[in-house]
Amino acid sequence: MIGAKKGYRTMTEDHPLTDDHLQSVAGGGLLDRRLFLRQSLAFGTGTGLLLAGMDATGAELPAWQKTPGAPFSNYGQPSPHEKEAIRWVSANSGAPGNGISWTPLHKLEGMITPNGLHFERHHNGVPQINPDRHRLSLHGLFRNPVSFSVEDLLRYPLVSRICFVECGGNSNAGWHEEPIQTPVGYFHGLASCSEWTGIPLSTLLDEAGLQPDARWVIAEGADAAGMNISIPIEKALDDTLVALYQNGERIRPENGYPLRLILPGWEAVLNVKWLQRLQAAREPVMARNETSKYTELQPSGKARQFTFLMDAKSLITQPSPGYKLRGPGLYQISGLAWSGRGKVRKVEVSADGGKSWAEAALQEPVMSKSFTRFRLPWRWDGSPLVLKSRAIDETGYQQPERAALVAERGRNGYFHYNAIVSWAVAPDGSLSHVYA
Amino acid sequence: MSMRDTALRRPLAVTAVLGWIALTAAVAAAPEGPKLGKPLSPADIAAMDINVFPDGSGLPSGKGTALEGKAIYDAQCAACHGPKGTGGSAGELAGGSALDGPHPDQTVGNYWPYATTIFDFVRRSMPLNAPRSLSDDQVYAVTAYLLNINALIGETAEMNAKTLPEVHLPNREGFVRIWPNSH
Repeated sequence: MIGAKKGYRTMTEDHPLTDDHLQSVAGGGLLDRRLFLRQSLAFGTGTGLLLAGMDATGAELPAWQKTPGAPFSNYGQPSPHEKEAIRWVSANSGAPGNGISWTPLHKLEGMITPNGLHFERHHNGVPQINPDRHRLSLHGLFRNPVSFSVEDLLRYPLVSRICFVECGGNSNAGWHEEPIQTPVGYFHGLASCSEWTGIPLSTLLDEAGLQPDARWVIAEGADAAGMNISIPIEKALDDTLVALYQNGERIRPENGYPLRLILPGWEAVLNVKWLQRLQAAREPVMARNETSKYTELQPSGKARQFTFLMDAKSLITQPSPGYKLRGPGLYQISGLAWSGRGKVRKVEVSADGGKSWAEAALQEPVMSKSFTRFRLPWRWDGSPLVLKSRAIDETGYQQPERAALVAERGRNGYFHYNAIVSWAVAPDGSLSHVYA
Repeated sequence: MSMRDTALRRPLAVTAVLGWIALTAAVAAAPEGPKLGKPLSPADIAAMDINVFPDGSGLPSGKGTALEGKAIYDAQCAACHGPKGTGGSAGELAGGSALDGPHPDQTVGNYWPYATTIFDFVRRSMPLNAPRSLSDDQVYAVTAYLLNINALIGETAEMNAKTLPEVHLPNREGFVRIWPNSH
């Protein structure tokens, strides 16, 4: 930390940032997390001069500065130069509506996932629902079973919150014997983060007259799978939303249009899309997706069931496999951390395979059950090393090392893999996924 | 992780009482809406309610046997699930090795805890290319067939709203609930 301060003081335009002015706070060249904040002004000045120089020459002006640009559009699209920032689809070839698509976490920054890149898990395709023909019905242990049109629901008091949605099966390649070699989004990208706006479910349960012996609510979607699953009444009455909007616009068909459940911090399969029915009951329905799937077989032969919470996880998205460092020098490590238990309290990064750790800067605002962006400056000296990150949440839960997780749970559980992720950096600057 | 689980474990009674207090408080604190809900009649509910619970509640009238179910399975299910529930591109439905061995398939016979789940799932979701196309009798028959190829019932045993919940699957006790005590 002292070394970083010294680096800041000695940096001027005449003496740009060099390795000589910076001392590490942990092994492998990790620098103080506040370095970039302090030096942003100096970097900004340099960039400005560079652009001014381009303008001054005039001769090399690109076509888009010399002819009128494209007209307005009704709905904007990404730059055609960003064609790699797409979801990768992994579906059953015999049943193209049964599968997943991944959020390309390695192509994104900040904490919000663009709506068109939110991950998908469909059990039998995306229904094209006419909202005029869709209703939400509440029955079972209610004094007054009722149903609502979508138009009705749009008149109810709305609240917004930012939270992640993560599939219980996210990161499951981590259970494999050998580390999977794929961009990070196509390994950990069954997780996305949005601002969701909707009606507190408690408002609707209250209107229908929830009876005191109701312990579970069985939710059902209006898709061709008729996906159903049981939700504990405690969560239904806590922070569960009947969401209508995602990042300001009406939820898209693949994310549950016209309405879906959002259970902040709980596994995504409970966040039922295309929600059409809620049955209050004393017992869980024991649906296929809470018995034969989304349960975790342990080495004992017993399976963990109703493992709703998504435990703390973190991973470095920049740099990560698929990227190549362009020689020794200063880089910014950037990644995502989240916890279904609450806020991320701290993220630590190691550049020496876990021998030493440095605290990363957390991008404000840090919110409960939300993606949290962490960043840390790093001076790579060109030698091979292993990068890791680990999250600690506000309950004190710390993301486990892979060996500890596997020792406790075995490798047949499939769901709820949240171990520390390791990237090996080779001398040529390429990165690979390793178990280290 | 195990230490944390242990620390969070509370006696069931205490959890239940705390849960009840929280539940009552949460309903009381719910923001009030414009109360636009339209009453549902018992007939409305009967038309939409296809949840089937382990105790058999929700099961419709109707019946079927494995003998009847084989023809339906071969025509509607075998293309993806394979002949006799094994070897297809979709999930394995029959057989399966010991659950404490290496990489066991998780089938109806060795993993699923409740026979009623088969009926609930097949009726609402299967076959994938034409869900909700089977009659209740056909769903009972396919359910019976899946139980039969796992050697759990005979091929002439009739499955109906009374007999299906009585079929005890071998892995009924194979699950440890994490919610709420170790959550």
